[in-house]
Amino acid sequence: MRHVISILMENEAGALSRVSGLFTARGYNIESLTVAETQDKTLSRMTLVTRGSDEVVEQITKQLNKLIDVIKLNDLEESPHIERELMLVKVKTNDHNREEIKRTAEIFRGKIIDVTTHTYVIEMTGASDKLDAFLSVINNDIIVEVVRSGATGISRGEKGLHL
Amino acid sequence: MELSGGQIVVQCLKDEGVEFIFGYPGGAVLHLYDALFHQDELKHILVRHEQAATHAADGYARVTGKPGVVLVTSGPGATNAVTGIATAYMDSIPMVVISGQVPSSVIGSDAFQEVDMVGITRPCVKHNFLVKDPKDIAETLKKAFYVATTGRPGPVVVDIPKDITDPNVKVRYKYPKKISMRSYNPAIKGHSGQIRKAFELLISAKKPIIYAGGGVILSNASKELTKLTKALGFPLTHTLMGLGGYPATDNQFVGMLGMHGTYEANMAMHESDVILAIGARFDDRVTGKLDRFCPYAKIIHIDIDPASIAKTVRVDIPVVGDVASVLKELLHLVKETTDKPHKKSLEAWWNQIQIWRKVNCLEYDRNSRLIKPQYVVEQLYELTKGDAIITSDVGQHQMFASQYYLFDKPRRWINSGGLGTMGFGLPAAIGAKLAFPDQDVACITGEASIQMCIQELATASQYDTPVKIINLNNRYMGMVRQWQEFSYESRYSHSYMDAIPDFVKLAEAYGHVGIQIEKPEDVRPALEEAFAQKDRTVFLDILTDRTENVYPMIEAGKAHNDMKLRVALNTPINRELA
Ligand SMILES: Cc1ncc(C[n+]2csc(CCOP(=O)(O)OP(=O)(O)O)c2C)c(N)n1
Ligand SMILES: [Mg+2]
Repeated sequence: MRHVISILMENEAGALSRVSGLFTARGYNIESLTVAETQDKTLSRMTLVTRGSDEVVEQITKQLNKLIDVIKLNDLEESPHIERELMLVKVKTNDHNREEIKRTAEIFRGKIIDVTTHTYVIEMTGASDKLDAFLSVINNDIIVEVVRSGATGISRGEKGLHL
Repeated sequence: MELSGGQIVVQCLKDEGVEFIFGYPGGAVLHLYDALFHQDELKHILVRHEQAATHAADGYARVTGKPGVVLVTSGPGATNAVTGIATAYMDSIPMVVISGQVPSSVIGSDAFQEVDMVGITRPCVKHNFLVKDPKDIAETLKKAFYVATTGRPGPVVVDIPKDITDPNVKVRYKYPKKISMRSYNPAIKGHSGQIRKAFELLISAKKPIIYAGGGVILSNASKELTKLTKALGFPLTHTLMGLGGYPATDNQFVGMLGMHGTYEANMAMHESDVILAIGARFDDRVTGKLDRFCPYAKIIHIDIDPASIAKTVRVDIPVVGDVASVLKELLHLVKETTDKPHKKSLEAWWNQIQIWRKVNCLEYDRNSRLIKPQYVVEQLYELTKGDAIITSDVGQHQMFASQYYLFDKPRRWINSGGLGTMGFGLPAAIGAKLAFPDQDVACITGEASIQMCIQELATASQYDTPVKIINLNNRYMGMVRQWQEFSYESRYSHSYMDAIPDFVKLAEAYGHVGIQIEKPEDVRPALEEAFAQKDRTVFLDILTDRTENVYPMIEAGKAHNDMKLRVALNTPINRELA
């Protein structure tokens, strides 16, 4: 099962490598990992996407909690939550496909943010599977590059991950 | 008070109550060593290799329960210390390692003797720090001691760049009395509801067993464990790390479990219906084949580390908390209620255990004309009345020590269980002897292991730590040879110890007493002589039976009820009993 784990940790040098090191050392897989400082500069917030059986994910959360710098964490899968990923896609354009690309991007609520005579850059946010869906309908031959941020997430309602 | 960074480190250690610091100097820690020079409160023990500094500090920590402290220089000094840090990490031993680092301004430039110590040690420390400002030293060291000694203990590395200890930069010094960390709050008290559930399951058990590990020692919970075990009347088995937690000479102790544990302990585990696991971590050397591990048992697991629970084996009733505190609560429940364990079932269970005991799985050939290693350990046990501190290295001798020396008290059995580090024994013995100069300290070792830190014989001379080295010399890496005999049709690939030094001369060269013996009848007199020389380090080189194996044994991939017994013992009678 896929799990999105939200982590609040001390904003110390090396915090990221403690987390990624734990995953390699124990053979857990990381699908994506995003990290940035929060409004409180002493804290950083990480969103980690992993896959594993319930037992493995239980171990992952325990091992993460055991890291001294980790203050709190939350497996977003346990309650309603919102997940968003940012994607930038550069595609080759020509007179025949420009309109269609634009339409498709609009259907997926993407925006074209850079235009040259032969390329578009499309910006799109959404749950990771929506971004996957968009890529699957675009002709692979015209894709120049794809950049994805990895998922970030937040729980719905009153619940929150804070001090 | 205004002090330099170097002075601050020294002052912090004093304020923390540190007695000994095990170390080795070098460029990056020269300022620190200069600060040490100006005082004599804090005793510095100069080892002969940084690995030994960590093992000696570790031995000190294991016998006292206090954190061991290490000081090494950057680069090679730091990397040499890594084996000992990993050793302490695997056995959850409190330790603070201060490593020098190249000056902040050149970090990252591949400077002379630069190594990323924080990066290298990350997977084998409880936590580590890089100090970036002399003003941060005191708080960082306070945190280091706090993290190392609380919760599940472990080693903490504090890496200090040279400029941070510069004698010309003075800052205000105040050692924090207390520290709290918002990201670190180890649980102490167990959940009462869980403890009650555990109690109810224990009372209902028909074939219970208590399986107690190193957590009992770390939590100083021997008294509580003993009282609870007595009150319940259950059999108890220890892991290699738990030995001494419960008195080994008591009838309720069924011996160690696991790969080289007793037949009765492993059979009782296999047949049990309820297991009370206390401060133990279901290591693969204990469980054997996981999918055949204790098929009939419900498991209660008490541990301070939630990540230890259900890591490899499913647990029915987890209790997260300090072992001593949880056991106290459990004991309270047992004493205050009228519910008692089912007497009839328990009697039948004990009868079954007695039958397994009759197999006498630790019996060996006592009529041999060769010195049997088991005999040496038995004699050592008798001579020291079971009251010596025994350190050990890794191999067959370690298993013989754990099987034949009966530990009635905690913190007497000092060995590298988790990492299995050869070279641990001698420096650990030195650390233990420094902590308890009036106690007999013996290091049971093998001719291969002892050579991994043999240089520490010099440290033993310099600091007058008269330990007794019991070298069970079988001229083989015995444990490796045994596996090769069993699993590789006796192809002894590189497990033969050639060019063994003359240990007697070697001991003498370092200023110690060396004695070699080859006959069984000389074992006892030689041991007596060694211990009679109270103020001398004595190296007993004992030529033992080369072909002796450790029995019983659960071979890799086998289950508890599938033990290999000593062939000679596998008589029809015993087979029937089994
Ligand atoms: C540093 C290290 N290297 C290798 C090993 C693998 N190993 C385990 S036991 C052993 C042989 C030990 O031989 P010796 O010290 O003579 O003890 P014996 O088994 O003969 O009693 C070896 C090589 C180890 N545990 N530690
Ligand atoms: Mg040997």
